[in-house]
Amino acid sequence: MGKVKVHRASTSIDMTPMVDLAFLLVTFFMLTATATPDEPVTVDMPTSVSEIPIPDINIMTISISKEGKVYFNMDGKYHRERLLATIGERYNIQFTEEESKVFSVLSSTGMPIGNLKQFLSMDREARGEIKQPGIPVDSTNNELKDWIVFSRMSNPKLRIAIKGDSEANFPVVNKVIKTLIDNKVNRFNLITNMEKGI
Amino acid sequence: MAEISQGGGGKKDAKVRSKKTSTKIDMTPMVDLAFLLLTFFVMTTTLNKPQTMEINMPEDVKEGDIPPPVNEKKVLTIVLGDDDKVYWYIGMTDPAVEVTNFSPDGIRKILLRENAKIDKMVVLIKALDESRYKNVVDILDEMNITNMQRFVMVDITPVDKELIKESNL
Repeated sequence: MGKVKVHRASTSIDMTPMVDLAFLLVTFFMLTATATPDEPVTVDMPTSVSEIPIPDINIMTISISKEGKVYFNMDGKYHRERLLATIGERYNIQFTEEESKVFSVLSSTGMPIGNLKQFLSMDREARGEIKQPGIPVDSTNNELKDWIVFSRMSNPKLRIAIKGDSEANFPVVNKVIKTLIDNKVNRFNLITNMEKGI
Repeated sequence: MAEISQGGGGKKDAKVRSKKTSTKIDMTPMVDLAFLLLTFFVMTTTLNKPQTMEINMPEDVKEGDIPPPVNEKKVLTIVLGDDDKVYWYIGMTDPAVEVTNFSPDGIRKILLRENAKIDKMVVLIKALDESRYKNVVDILDEMNITNMQRFVMVDITPVDKELIKESNL
């Protein structure tokens, strides 16, 4: 009598499709991930029901921190270089090529223009540690006005967005808005987060 | 995992069996790493981009400009105060100031109610110095939600401040 062979199912399963999928997802997330530049301040934005996404290019962001400090940011490496050159001309500061290069890849800055040259010549670590005092927006010393005027000159397609912290006091925000209106910017965007739980 | 079956070794050459190295490689570490990366990227990516709210501000009043006359009975003034308080009143002469908040039963209801009552209502938004940026965004958001056609943000006047103070709310 021949032995009865019991058919045994293999215990190892073919994991190829799963691994394929895993790699596909890894690739997807790696390509879509954008490195967030280190901002000098974290801004906790208020929420709204607005659903207009913020444009990626040609945008200038004025950040207002909780303490009421104002920071300026603009996209576009080339435009930033041009902006620094015009700002330097206006304030009679000669920026070196090195400093211009540093500025072109920087994120938000909150340095008064007088201290900008020194700030740009620092090395990376020192720049991250320094406490930025914010851009002056007082009526007697309004440097934000120059940033707005010259950045619009270097990039005429620029749109302006205000990224304010929800706890920022209104007078500071009002000063920024007044500066914008004084410079004929009557239409601008307020950056908000998506409303939760509706 | 990927398995390659090696052709069944015949029994003839059983004697001179040369040692064959296996063509299978252990892919476990690689897959481990892949999943680690996957987890990392899934957790760090934020898919919801921040939204924006477009806002149009009136141009600065130049000297000699005459503001368009508006019937004061059609004007609803909203004053943003501290502690997320919202003061509101209708008209200019001796208005009754009331206080409300940003809840759905608060200013939103009032706006909808008054808008139904008043034809071509104009909403003036004024912010006290004590109010915060969040309040401004919230009230603009309410304008959006209630679909107000005529609203404008203006500076607060001493008269308004006095009114709020007197109301003691």
